[in-house]
Amino acid sequence: MKFELRGITKRFPGIVANDSVDLEVSTGEVLALIGENGAGKSTLMNVLYGIYRPDEGELRIDGAPQHFSSPADAIAAGIGMVHQHFMLVPVMTVAENVVLGVEPTGRFGSLDINEARRMVKEVSEKYNLDLDPDAIIEDLPVGVRQRVEIVKVLMRDAKIVVFDEPTAVLTPSEILEFFEIVRSLVAAGRGVIFITHKLKEALTIADRINVLRRGKVVGEAIPKKTTESEIAEMMVGRAVQLIVNKKQAVPGEAMLKVDNLSVVEPDGRTVVDGVSFEVRTGEIVGIAGVQGNGQTELVEALSGMRRAATGSISIADRDVSHDSPRERHAAGMAHIPEDRQRQGLVTEMSIMENLVLTRYHDAEFSSGIRMKWDVAKARSNELVAAYDIRTNDPSQPASTLSGGNQQKVIVARELSRDIRLAVAAQPTRGIDVGSIEYVHAQIVKERDAGVAVLVVSTELDEVMSLSDRVLVMYRGKIVADVDPKKVSHMDIGLYMAGSRPAGAAAS
Amino acid sequence: MTTAMPERVVSAEQRKRARSVGITYLVLAMVCFFVFTRRPGDAGFRITETSQFTLPAQGFGWALGIALVAVAAAQLLRGFGRLANVVLALATASFFMSFLAWAAAGDSFSFVGMLQDTVSRSVPITLGAIGGILSERSGVINISIEGMLLAAACTSAIGASLTNLWLGTLIGVLTGMALAAILAVMSIRYKVDQVIVGFAINFFALGITSFISFRVLVPNRDTMNSLLPVTPIRIPLLADIPFIGTIFFDQTIFVYFSFAAVALATWGLYRTKWGLRTRAIGEYPKAAGTLGVDVNKLRYRNLLLAGAVAGVGGAWWPIGIVGRFDQNITNGRGFIALAAVIFGRWHPVGALCGALVFALAEAVRLKIGNFDTGIPSEFLIMAPYVVTIIVVAGFIGASRAPKAAGQPYEDQ
Amino acid sequence: MNETLKSLRFTFLAVIAALFVSAFIIVITDIEALGDGNFGQAFNTLGTAYWGLFKGSFGSLRAISNTITGATPLLLAGLAVSSAFKAGLFNIGATGQMLAGAITGLWVGFAFQLPPIIHVPFALLAAAVGGALFGAIPGVLKARTGAHEVITTIMLNGIAGFTVLWLLKTELFKREGRDDAISKFVEDSARLPKLFWFMGKRIDLLAHTGFIVALLATFAFWWLLRKTTLGFEMQATGFNQEAARYAGMKTKSLMVVSMAIAGAFAGLAGGSEVLGLYGYASGTVAGDIGFDAIAVALLGRSTPIGTLVSALLFGALQAGGRQMQVDTDVPIDLIIVLRALIVMFIAAPLLVKAIFRVKGDAKAFGQTFRGWGG
Repeated sequence: MKFELRGITKRFPGIVANDSVDLEVSTGEVLALIGENGAGKSTLMNVLYGIYRPDEGELRIDGAPQHFSSPADAIAAGIGMVHQHFMLVPVMTVAENVVLGVEPTGRFGSLDINEARRMVKEVSEKYNLDLDPDAIIEDLPVGVRQRVEIVKVLMRDAKIVVFDEPTAVLTPSEILEFFEIVRSLVAAGRGVIFITHKLKEALTIADRINVLRRGKVVGEAIPKKTTESEIAEMMVGRAVQLIVNKKQAVPGEAMLKVDNLSVVEPDGRTVVDGVSFEVRTGEIVGIAGVQGNGQTELVEALSGMRRAATGSISIADRDVSHDSPRERHAAGMAHIPEDRQRQGLVTEMSIMENLVLTRYHDAEFSSGIRMKWDVAKARSNELVAAYDIRTNDPSQPASTLSGGNQQKVIVARELSRDIRLAVAAQPTRGIDVGSIEYVHAQIVKERDAGVAVLVVSTELDEVMSLSDRVLVMYRGKIVADVDPKKVSHMDIGLYMAGSRPAGAAAS
Repeated sequence: MTTAMPERVVSAEQRKRARSVGITYLVLAMVCFFVFTRRPGDAGFRITETSQFTLPAQGFGWALGIALVAVAAAQLLRGFGRLANVVLALATASFFMSFLAWAAAGDSFSFVGMLQDTVSRSVPITLGAIGGILSERSGVINISIEGMLLAAACTSAIGASLTNLWLGTLIGVLTGMALAAILAVMSIRYKVDQVIVGFAINFFALGITSFISFRVLVPNRDTMNSLLPVTPIRIPLLADIPFIGTIFFDQTIFVYFSFAAVALATWGLYRTKWGLRTRAIGEYPKAAGTLGVDVNKLRYRNLLLAGAVAGVGGAWWPIGIVGRFDQNITNGRGFIALAAVIFGRWHPVGALCGALVFALAEAVRLKIGNFDTGIPSEFLIMAPYVVTIIVVAGFIGASRAPKAAGQPYEDQ
Repeated sequence: MNETLKSLRFTFLAVIAALFVSAFIIVITDIEALGDGNFGQAFNTLGTAYWGLFKGSFGSLRAISNTITGATPLLLAGLAVSSAFKAGLFNIGATGQMLAGAITGLWVGFAFQLPPIIHVPFALLAAAVGGALFGAIPGVLKARTGAHEVITTIMLNGIAGFTVLWLLKTELFKREGRDDAISKFVEDSARLPKLFWFMGKRIDLLAHTGFIVALLATFAFWWLLRKTTLGFEMQATGFNQEAARYAGMKTKSLMVVSMAIAGAFAGLAGGSEVLGLYGYASGTVAGDIGFDAIAVALLGRSTPIGTLVSALLFGALQAGGRQMQVDTDVPIDLIIVLRALIVMFIAAPLLVKAIFRVKGDAKAFGQTFRGWGG
């Protein structure tokens, strides 16, 4: 079977998300669709899965035009999709999730759950995907949930399987397992579209690579005949530096000291387990790890959003373990939270209001209970200019900004004052390359000014290039403390997966 | 999470809850000692027309108080593990009996009549709650149960007065469905905030039924608002079981319908294809939508069904018991039904239990209100409201509301 | 066209649509006329009814006085709902908070002998404090246990209602020689002066200076939102509680404070009814005002000026509705229907757009409900 997109155009108010995109994939091959965030990958994916209807262009299967008006049509035509955010009902079982929509039924529409179990077993055994049909989704690790998604697709007999950023949540070893699954799908005569922003993975697994930029397909490449930097240039439209420009760090005394810190969930699980480390002035310490190994909770404990079960945190030798977020803020800590829209900004409020969101109570912006809005306005105009926030009017809601500019609002707010310690969680998640470079440069600038910086990121490349020292978290513990210039990505990957590179000394 | 975290231990949360249950037992014991032992005499609980059992009010109060202290000690020291809920239920039931004995000390009352009344009064609350569950399980908040009950009560009274009881009930059902259709179109098609639509429907129902009541029903009372309500149907054999038979099997068809609705809703939600899909669209509609399930269509259908069930609940007033419609006859029962939904954790059987608790409080007030206990009757009426707050404050943290309730689904 | 104008146009269209539907209801329920096939008479009734609606609300000084009298508690209670909305809370408990304020205001009103210049503000303060304390309860419950305020405020309304019924029959409050739930009168020194005192002794002009109190409260609400750190915190919490928490705001205390502020507004509503309109309290002193206040806040989109305008509109409808009931056989309950329809149309700008085929971006009311928090 051959699946084609011809001249697909999809417009949203203000932007053209897809601009006459041509694409084709046949059974038996892997097409990688690569592009940076905002290039139009997810829109395109929604078009080919029948969620959006294109404004122009058409979809064809073996030359015959298709009109998908809902995912049901796409499924019936043999298209299957594994979404980045898994489409699984957390409180239901594997079998219930898999048969949803194609339920085997008995009398009076009753659900034949035994048949459902059998169907799951059959498919999962055929493709060597080990699954317990009765497990509840929310109890399962991410890698297993992805297998459930794959079984869902195979159960519906998809000829073309679309994977959207499938490796974002996987460990390096799980990624290798995942590639095995992809190869077995291709071997079984199915086609795969692999959507990603990770160049290396595309080069590893794909037969062909299509590069998407600003809604257009800007190039096609064959992995064997191309290099990483060539594709990167196609993605961004100019030569990109994959390394961060920075001088040798000159660390001073310890600014942040974390001693034997543990965080326990309300249900009793220990998610941060006796962590101790220091961050010195003038250095950037990066924390690497697969998502869900306690980094989020560690940052929550550091910023005061969550109480630690044991251990202590001190900033410049002052114990802040029992201080509120605001007191830590006053002690010179800047915090760039993980989720910009939910935690960092009140997107309904104006850019100006967001620029003073953590500082409105300072004497500069208020006296007693009265806000000094004129001061806030003047200050926000300065910050908008100084931090290159692209807006005509700071009184517009923050929701009108692009992701990169929203992140700059947070960076401006947090780094523009007199700080001693900066904690940045996923500082560049989901923003464009230009903004990434800008945010990195600001972080390095703070370091050079003598601020202690802690960067937490699940993007290994980011941690490796930005940090002067890398800590790896695994199951709530710090399992490695390494110099990024002296270890390879693969070695860090092994630490992230809980094992140890051959020859590494026990730490 | 790729990592299997270290094994679970008893969490602080659970320990805290166990402790507050223990303290509750102590408080109940104190009530036994200082209140329930204050009125002398035996209390007669009539359980059939002719027979009764008696409880010595003071003796029972003392005995229960002592037992509760023991239970509290056991709860606080080591807990009851898996039996915790059984103990809680037994303690609550005994406490209730002690309360009745105290109230009726030196007198007697029809215990069976009170329970029979409870079951009958639970009907509109149960049916309203089933309507609430059907909509909230599909992801639509239903604040408008009150309006559906009220409007259906009004139209079924008119319909039954003009035609017959069956057609009247059917008209009530259609009325419930019509209001549900407004809720559905507004919240699904026009994506209006569901709570606001719900409120608007309640206002609308209250206004229009009062309006019709004054403008149409009062001038035409005999022709349009007067009917003979249904009579109880004795179920052969079952109704002859002493005590239980009178309570459950000598009731109107509305009671049987409401039990059947609970059973059907439970089976449907947990054992059928429809139920699987319904629960999925209430928890995570995208999961169902990306598998080709038409989320909004199913929401429409379930809301109409919810309206139909609530419509039967509304018809209970004129056709099941009173024989006419009065202005605001539901008097907030729809909100109580909403509380029963939460009380029952969005499960039909749980909601039935909640409805029975509220109905029991009403029935108790009617029976006990005659005894001069020194408690103003206002406080007895208030009891279910207080209980609801305690339940919502104490349990909702542990309950699982449908995650998507209140969120419009964007299928494009 | 700027934002305000646009939203005004939608409000206007919504009111028109609601009047149209109500007209339809009036005509089809005119059973006698329709039964005789006398459509002319049915439409005649409609004309008389709507003319009465206008005449009774704006047609004379007395009508305007009635409009203001009706609008006063609606505005104060509307502020109670609006201010909570701004903080992300759905306050259905204005009824209960009004009753609490009515009782505390009443008590200060009869239990003290003071010069009016002290007594009136003291009694109003007591009403605000009573409402604030009662309003804080659902705030505390939500902050501590996560209990949803939609449920707890409904239940607290019931509790307040029955408590007041009982209180009014106790020795402290009950009126000499009465067995029903009706209180003694407050001292004359605690009565709010009449608004139209300069018109001499016209007892038909009921409007009282509670309206001035309500206007001041509206201004206070505006000042709180626009000029204070607390207002900034409340709005940030209302829009995005998690971001507010990350910004170091104490969101749980804010919940309690916001509900207390809301309760204070509603308490003033209860107090101004007792001290201004009635001079005593009865079980029905709050009536349906707490519920109507929700409609007021929705219609006014929770802004200070919007709440003011919609309270005046609803006050006018109520005053006009009474006239309509006198002039025709159309009962005043039609006003409830009319309000429900206005709220529905306001909440569904897409629908209004579709009906009137107008263009432009209609802003829907923000989401009030973000799940049960289970």
